Amino acid sequence: MADVTLTVDGKKITAPAGTLLIDACRKAGIEIPAFCYYPGLSLQAACRMCVVRIEKIPKLQTACTTPVAEGMIVATDTDEIKQSRKAMLQLVLANHPLDCPVCDAGGECELQDMTFKYGAADSNFVDVKNHREEQQWSPVVYFDRPRCILCYRCVRVCGEGMDVWALGVQNRGVSSVIAPNGGDHLDCEECGMCIDICPVGALTSDTYRYKTRPWEMTHVSTICTHCGDGCKTTLGLRSSSDGMEIIRGDNRDKSGINGDFLCVKGRYAFDFANHKDRLTQPLLRNAEGKLVPASWEEALTFAGQRLHEIRDTRGGEQIGVIGSNRATNEESYLLQKFARSVLGTNNIDHHRTADYVSFAKALAGQEQRAASLREAETAPAILLIGGDPTEQHPMLAWNLRTNVRHNRARIYVVNHQEIKLRRQATSFLKISAENYSAFTRFLAGEENSIFGAEATALRETLATEPNLLVIFGSELRGAAIEALVRYGLSLPDTKFACLGDYVNSRGAADMGLYPDMLPGYVPVQQPGAFATEYGERFPAAPGLDLPSMLDVAARGNLAALYVVGSNPVHRYGVAAASLKNTFLIVQDMFLTETALLADVVLPIANLYEKAGTVTNTYGDLQLVRKAADRAGVRTDLELIVRLADTMGADVHALVPFGQGTRADMGQSRGAQSGEADRHAVWLAAQNLEPKLSPFDPSALLDEIQRLIPSYSFSRLELFAGNDQHVQATSKNNALVQISNLSQRPDGVLPSMDTLFTSGTMGRYSSKLTEVHDSRNKEILVAAN
Amino acid sequence: MPTLVSHPEEVKIVSSRFGKGATDIERYIELDGYQAARTAVEKGADWVIAEMKTSGLRGRGGAGFPTGMKWSFVPKQSEKPKYVLVNGDESEPGTCKDHLIFLHDPHTVIEGTIIAGLAIGAKMGFIYLRGEYRYLLEIMEKAIADAYAKGFLGKGIFGSQIDFDIISHTGAGAYEVGEESALMESLEGKRGIPRIKPPFPAVVGLYGGPTVINNAETIATVPHVLRMGGEAYAKIGSERNGGTRLFCLSGHVERPGVYELPMGYNLKKMIYEIGGGIRGGRQLKAVVPGGSSTPVLLPNEIDIGMDFDQVGKAGSMLGSGGVVVLDETVCMVEFALRTIKFYQHESCGWCIPCREGTDWLKKTLTRFHAGAGVAKDIDNIRYLAENMLGRTFCPLGDAAAMPTIAFVKKFRQEFEDHLNGKPCAYAKQKMQESVLV
Repeated sequence: MADVTLTVDGKKITAPAGTLLIDACRKAGIEIPAFCYYPGLSLQAACRMCVVRIEKIPKLQTACTTPVAEGMIVATDTDEIKQSRKAMLQLVLANHPLDCPVCDAGGECELQDMTFKYGAADSNFVDVKNHREEQQWSPVVYFDRPRCILCYRCVRVCGEGMDVWALGVQNRGVSSVIAPNGGDHLDCEECGMCIDICPVGALTSDTYRYKTRPWEMTHVSTICTHCGDGCKTTLGLRSSSDGMEIIRGDNRDKSGINGDFLCVKGRYAFDFANHKDRLTQPLLRNAEGKLVPASWEEALTFAGQRLHEIRDTRGGEQIGVIGSNRATNEESYLLQKFARSVLGTNNIDHHRTADYVSFAKALAGQEQRAASLREAETAPAILLIGGDPTEQHPMLAWNLRTNVRHNRARIYVVNHQEIKLRRQATSFLKISAENYSAFTRFLAGEENSIFGAEATALRETLATEPNLLVIFGSELRGAAIEALVRYGLSLPDTKFACLGDYVNSRGAADMGLYPDMLPGYVPVQQPGAFATEYGERFPAAPGLDLPSMLDVAARGNLAALYVVGSNPVHRYGVAAASLKNTFLIVQDMFLTETALLADVVLPIANLYEKAGTVTNTYGDLQLVRKAADRAGVRTDLELIVRLADTMGADVHALVPFGQGTRADMGQSRGAQSGEADRHAVWLAAQNLEPKLSPFDPSALLDEIQRLIPSYSFSRLELFAGNDQHVQATSKNNALVQISNLSQRPDGVLPSMDTLFTSGTMGRYSSKLTEVHDSRNKEILVAAN
Repeated sequence: MPTLVSHPEEVKIVSSRFGKGATDIERYIELDGYQAARTAVEKGADWVIAEMKTSGLRGRGGAGFPTGMKWSFVPKQSEKPKYVLVNGDESEPGTCKDHLIFLHDPHTVIEGTIIAGLAIGAKMGFIYLRGEYRYLLEIMEKAIADAYAKGFLGKGIFGSQIDFDIISHTGAGAYEVGEESALMESLEGKRGIPRIKPPFPAVVGLYGGPTVINNAETIATVPHVLRMGGEAYAKIGSERNGGTRLFCLSGHVERPGVYELPMGYNLKKMIYEIGGGIRGGRQLKAVVPGGSSTPVLLPNEIDIGMDFDQVGKAGSMLGSGGVVVLDETVCMVEFALRTIKFYQHESCGWCIPCREGTDWLKKTLTRFHAGAGVAKDIDNIRYLAENMLGRTFCPLGDAAAMPTIAFVKKFRQEFEDHLNGKPCAYAKQKMQESVLV
C-alpha cells in the first residue's frame, strides 16, 4: 500500500496506509504504552493506555485502533496524555494485590514497568481491594485473579492463535473474570501461550511458579529437543548442586523461527533432564551379568578395545551403528563418518520417521523448491496431504492458522482423519489411509480417478493456485512422494515440505545416517569425493538397514551394535534374547529398554546440554547452544571421538581440528597435490581458522559445509542465532545421481507422537506424563 | 398497566394512540395505522429519506443524531444483507417512554421499522426489547404475527414486490447493550460489549451487514412524520429540534408521568405546570434533565427549553428524556451513591477506567455516605470521575462520570457536611420525619 506521512510529536513519520498508529509510532521509535494491544491478535482498545491526541478530534483516541492517515497530526506526550496514562495505572493498581515480592512476574512485569515509567506511585484509595482465591486450571496452568488486569491477551491467543477457545470472560463490571470455558478446568492443548503472553503474574505455570526470581536466572537461546519443527527456545537456567538446571522455557524475545510460540513440549517438557532415573555414570555388565557403575576410563577403554577387536577379527560388516533423531548434525555426521572410516561398515541407520531420501530424489536437480517453516505463514495457498500438524508439528499448525487469519490463505486439507486444521481449511477431502499413493498419482493425472467429484474439483482449484505450498506427512513415501513432486512441479512456483518427527530427523537424514546414503544423499555406490575423504576402511557396498541389522543380530551374525541416543528395542519390538550374541554399546540418558540389554552404557548429555546445529524437517538450520549442564554426562560427540581414540584411530582424520590434519607431510606438490590438506585449503578459502579442540562441533560444521554443497548458508547469520534455510540437495552433479536410484525400501516408521508424547524421552518428562494422564482421565470421565 | 397521564399542553403524536386499544391491529388500522408504510412503499426510499431529513427528527435515544442523515449513510449497494435494528433496551434510570410505546402502540414500531427498512433497502428488521421488558415480548410478538397475517410483513408487503421480515428479541438484563454495537453483539448471541468504531454500524453492523439502529421512540415517530409530512413535524419543535418528545417526568412532583411535549418546552414550566409542582409544597433542590447520566441542574438553571441544544448549553444533556425532580429532602451524596451503584452494576467491565472507576467511586461513596469519609475523598471522587470522562471505551463511562462531577461541583457543601464521622444530616432528617409520621 502507498505510504502516508503524518506528524507525531512534531516529527514527520511515514508508514504504509492502513498501518495502526501504535505500530507506526513504535517503528519510528516513539513509545506508546499498551497492555491489551498485541501484534497479530484482534484489537481490544480495553486498557486505554495508548491514548493519543489527534488534531481535530475532540476526544483522546486509542492509537491501537486508529489507522494512520495522510497529514494526521498526533501528540503522544502532552500533560493531558501523561495524566491519562497515570490515572489508568492508578485504577488498574487499585485492585491489584501488589504482591510483587513473591509474584513470578516480579522483575519482568509489564505493569511494573509501566508504573515505573508512567508514574503512579501515589494512591488515594483507602477501601478494601477485591480478592479471589487462586485457582488451578490444569496440570500446568494456575490463575491468580487479583493480579489480572483484564487485557484479554490470554483469551485471544487461546482462541485466535491456538484455535482452542478454552478461555473466556465471566461476569461483568468489576466482577469480570477470565475463566475456563470448561467450568473449573481447561480443555486445551496446554501450550502455555496464555501464561507466556500474560503481561502480569496472573497466569503462572506449575513448573515455574514460586521457583525463582527472574534475575536469578541466566538465559540461553537454543533449540527445543522435541518435534521436527525445531522451535527456538530461551531457557532460564539456575545453578544447582550438580550443574545448571533448566527452570523455564519460553521465547519471550520473539526471535527465531517461531516468534513467541512454543507448545507444551517446548515450554514444559525439559524436566526429563532432571528425572531421578537420569544416568550420570557409565555402566558395565559384570561377570554375573549385572550392569554396574564404572569409571569413564574403564568403560571407554573396554568398549573401544572390544570394537577394535571385533573389527579386526570379524570385520566391519559384523558391526552395526544406530544413530539418533535428537543428536546434532555434527554428531550425526561424525557418527556415520566414524562407522564408515573407523569401524569400516556401512551398517548405519537411524529410526526413520519420514522418507527424506525419496524427497531428495524427487527434488534432485531443482533449486529452492523445499520450503522453510516460515513460508507456511506467508504462502497464499497450502495443500496439506496427510500428517496432523496440530498434534505433531504445532508450530507449523500455528503458522498455518496465522496465515489464514492474517492473509486469508487457502488451505486444502487431504487426510484420512478429521484433523483439527480442517477448521481453517478452504476444503477438506477425506480419503482412506491406504489411498495416499493413489491420490498423488491422481493429482499428477497418472491414474483414472477412484476419487469422487470433490477430488476432481480440488485438483481443478489447485491448478489455479500459483505459489502453492505442498506439505505432506509421513503417510507419503517413495513413489507417492515422487508422484506428488512431479505434480507440484507441473504447477508454477510450487514449493514442498516433508514432515518428519523429531528435532533432527531431517539432520540425521541429511548427514547420511543411512546404509546406502552418504551425507547430502550421495549414494554409497557413487561416493565421489567421500571415497578419498573417508579413507581405506570405507566399504564400497551399501550396508544393512536398521531392521536388517536387528534380524542379522537375532541370527547371531552381528558381533557388535553401537546405539547412540536411540531405543530400537522398544521402538521395533525387539525380543531381548535376539541381542544376546551381540556386543552392545548404548549411549543414552536413561536405562531404556535398549540400554538394559547393553554391555556398556554411556550416559550422555541431551540437546540442551551441548552445542552444535540441527536441521528441522523443513531444512531450517539452527544453532544449538549449550544451556544446561549436568555433572557426570558427556556429549555424543565427545564419546565418539574418544571411542575412536581408544580404538587407535587417527582422531585428526576423524575431526579436522588443528592444522594440517590431513596433510601429506609437506609433499603436496605436482601430481601429488590432490592429496593436499583439502580441509585446510577450504578453511583458508572461507577465511576460517582451524579449530583447536577435537570436541569442537564447529570443526565438524566446517567439514559438513565443505562436503555437502546444499548446506550453503551464512555462518554469520547462523551464529547470530538466525535460522538458515538449506535444501536437501543442490544442483551439484554428484548429487543428481540420486535420481537414478531405483526403488528402495523406505524403512519409515512414524512415531505417531501426539502433543503430549515425545518418543522414549517423553516418558521421562514428568510434566508431559502428568498432562497426558490428566487428559486421558478426562476422556474416561467424559466417556462414563 | 400503568395509569396514563394527560395535560392540555401536550401535543400528542407518538402517544396519540395510547390507551386507545391500538395493540389490536384492526383498531390500529382504524386509527390511520399502516398508512405511512403503504405510502412509503409507493413513493420509495428517496422520498422517505427526504421527508425524514426535512422533519428534523433527531434520535430519541439520547445522542440526538438526525435520523434522516443516519439513514442516508447506509451504502446503497452491499454484498451483505442490510438490517434495521430497533433499540428497545430502554434502561437509563428515569426513562420509561419506550415501555409505553410497546405497551400501547406496538404496531407503530413495526410500521416504523418497515419504513426504515424500505429507506435503506433492508429486508430484515429486529426489535430488541430490554431484558426486564420480557412481558412486553408477548404483545410485540402478537403484533408481528398479526402484521404478517395482514400481508404487511413477509413476502411482497402491501402487495408490492418488496419483502420484509421482523424478529423480536429480548436482552438478558444489561444496560450496556443499550449501546448500539453492544446490542448487536448481544443479538448475535455474544457477550454484550461494545465494538470498536469505526467501522460504524451503517457500514459494518449486525452480522457484518450495513445496519441502521434507532431508538424505539424514534422508530415509532417515523410513521407519524410521514403521515403529517416532514415540514409540518419540524414546525412543532424548536429550531433544529423537530417535533415532540416523550418526557418521563418523575421524582418529587405532584403529577409524575410520561408527557408528550414539543421539543424546546420550558423545563421549569414542565415541572411546575405539567407536573403540578413539587410534592408537598417542598423546595426544589435539583433536576436531572435527561436520565441519570446527565449532569444535575440547580433550581436556578432550569428556566431553559428542553431540546438538545438548549440543555447542552446549560451544561447538561437532553439525553433520554427522563426528567428526575429532587426536592430538599434528598441527600445528594446518597443520590450520587445510588446513581453510581447503578453504573457500577451495569459496567460491562471491558475497559479499565469504567470497570475500576465505577467500582472505586461506589466503594468511596458508600463509605463516605456512611460517615467514614475523609477530606481527600471529595477531591478523589471528582478526580476519579474526571479521569474516566472521555477515556472509556464507550459512553457508559462518561454516563457515570458526568453526573458524579456535577454532584461534587454543585453540592460540595453537602459532601463537606458528611465529613468527620457526622451522620448524614439529610438521612437524619428523613428518619425524624418518618418517626413523626
